[in-house]
Amino acid sequence: MTLTNEQMERYSRNIILREVGVKGQNKLLAGKVLIIGAGGLGAPIAMYLAAAGVGVIGVADADDVDLSNLQRQIIHATSDVGKEKVTSAKESVNNINPDVTVNAHRLFVSADNIMELISPYDFIIDGTDNFPAKFLINDACVIAKKPFSHAGIIRFTGQLMTYVPGEGPCYRCVFKEPPPKDAVPTCRQAGVIGATAGVIGSLQALEAVKFFIGKGDLLTGSLLTFDALSMSFRKIKLPKRENCAVCGESPTIKEPFDYEQPVCDSQTHIECYGNP
Amino acid sequence: MADYIVDATVDITDVVCPITFVKAKVALEELKIGAVLSIRLNDGEPVQNVPRGVKDEGHKVLRLIDNEDGTYNLIVRKENDE
Repeated sequence: MTLTNEQMERYSRNIILREVGVKGQNKLLAGKVLIIGAGGLGAPIAMYLAAAGVGVIGVADADDVDLSNLQRQIIHATSDVGKEKVTSAKESVNNINPDVTVNAHRLFVSADNIMELISPYDFIIDGTDNFPAKFLINDACVIAKKPFSHAGIIRFTGQLMTYVPGEGPCYRCVFKEPPPKDAVPTCRQAGVIGATAGVIGSLQALEAVKFFIGKGDLLTGSLLTFDALSMSFRKIKLPKRENCAVCGESPTIKEPFDYEQPVCDSQTHIECYGNP
Repeated sequence: MADYIVDATVDITDVVCPITFVKAKVALEELKIGAVLSIRLNDGEPVQNVPRGVKDEGHKVLRLIDNEDGTYNLIVRKENDE
């Protein structure tokens, strides 16, 4: 693929990097990424990946933009309130970079549709806000052998890890089951600083970029945690669990299934750090 | 007397930093290892920075020819496919 002069200029800061070059840029342009959740995490992920020139960006979300979203979901503007999130996200991405094809999937991701949804994509990004969705995405990606980035945020903290088939643990290796209902406060009760979503979402976007260009080390086999109050990162090594129900040696989960969906669940296992 | 054969040429006198280097880099990436690229570039910033840039990427600068019209031809041999 020969880059146009306009592309050379648009992506000059990428191409100048030794680790990217024209080859890496072409890999990005040929990349297909699916972002599940067009919220606090999905916003910076979609915007940075669009800016970087990832060729196809799928965005899946069933919600409409709400005024209370705008404190952190920077892909949406005040004039988008009431609009479908996927439509608003598509418009923002197209404004940033018309090179990018956006697939707007206005749906609630469930066991019935997830396998078909993820199938055309190379890399999946979990930007959801609840445990059932996180386990569903994990199980589907493990079964479909798709690499994906997990993340969660709450209050001033966040975490992320990356799953690549055959390399390191999956999300279920680390957190066997969703926590009991009400064990973790909901996002509404707990709150979150928008910039925290920006930090963690940007890190997920970086993982996707590194995956496509094939450079650096992904967060496979490690969970990276972030605490904005103490301004500290911690990288925790995590082993693959041989008896994991989905990626272990004799898996019992062979197709995705839905956990009961709470109305507004929190999005992290932050409270579970010490007890994965 | 030239001890090399130019396989391809690129003119980067129509662009400014950092597109100068990007354009040179794009031209180099399209070549095979061992191929020789002649880059026409302007005096000043480009002639200071582009030769260093291609060296940093591991390529071999064979010659810098002053065209005596405010431009140079930088002759580079591609050394790697990174």
